[in-house]
Amino acid sequence: MSSTPSHGHSPMRTPLGKVRGLGAAKSGTTDFFKQRVTGLANLILMVFFIGIVISLAGADYARAHATLGHPFVAVVILLTLLSVTTHMRIGMQVVIEDYVHTEGLKVLLIVANTFFSIAVALAGAFAVLKISLGG
Amino acid sequence: MADSPQRIDRPLSPHLQIYRPLFTMMMSIVHRITGVGLYFGTAILVWWLLAAASSPSAYATFQSVAGSPLGLLVLFGYTWALLHHALGGVRHFIWDFIHGFGPQERVLLAKATLVGSVALTVILWIVGLAMKG
Repeated sequence: MSSTPSHGHSPMRTPLGKVRGLGAAKSGTTDFFKQRVTGLANLILMVFFIGIVISLAGADYARAHATLGHPFVAVVILLTLLSVTTHMRIGMQVVIEDYVHTEGLKVLLIVANTFFSIAVALAGAFAVLKISLGG
Repeated sequence: MADSPQRIDRPLSPHLQIYRPLFTMMMSIVHRITGVGLYFGTAILVWWLLAAASSPSAYATFQSVAGSPLGLLVLFGYTWALLHHALGGVRHFIWDFIHGFGPQERVLLAKATLVGSVALTVILWIVGLAMKG
């Protein structure tokens, strides 16, 4: 029950804090960092993705289907979907938190944001996998 | 407690409307707006992929909408939004490494983002339309 601040912890820590043993959640910068990492990934993937889209400008179903079924193209699009939907979910959450101050609506919109982002990711991935694997 | 005032009108910190619009500030706002636009535009990407995974007629429907004047305008705008947001992101990376905060650098970076995004959009569309033939 020593109250001297000599146990390696900050003297700012309260007795209750010491008992609980809970400090910071240590995840405060997770989204910030993820946004940078996915931003970098988006930059790299975007170069390939734009190339794919331009090569398919005006292409009919058969050629689009054949190109999208190519393993390299399919993997680029799958990676793009993963990186982009992660990035856009975090970005939209920041926008919601900045402008929506009604607690209930804010939570609802953040959940809707997650639903939309995951729906985009999985619908897109399903389409690419169907083309690649099933024809 | 019951007869205490519900709310005291305390002074609030100034928000956007109090500031004279600055170029860098407008670019920051445009970065956010393009991000939101790109967010909803992913629905077009998914439609394209699902159409290609579905049937020739589903793909033809997508193509007729995407190739219509309005469709092309949306896709042109989407290309610009993507490139503007991407270059804006590069600007943020530069700031993350504690560079480019000087008065001239800030404006130069903002101008480069704007000019670069417009130029790249036009170049990509010239290439795209040439490929389409």
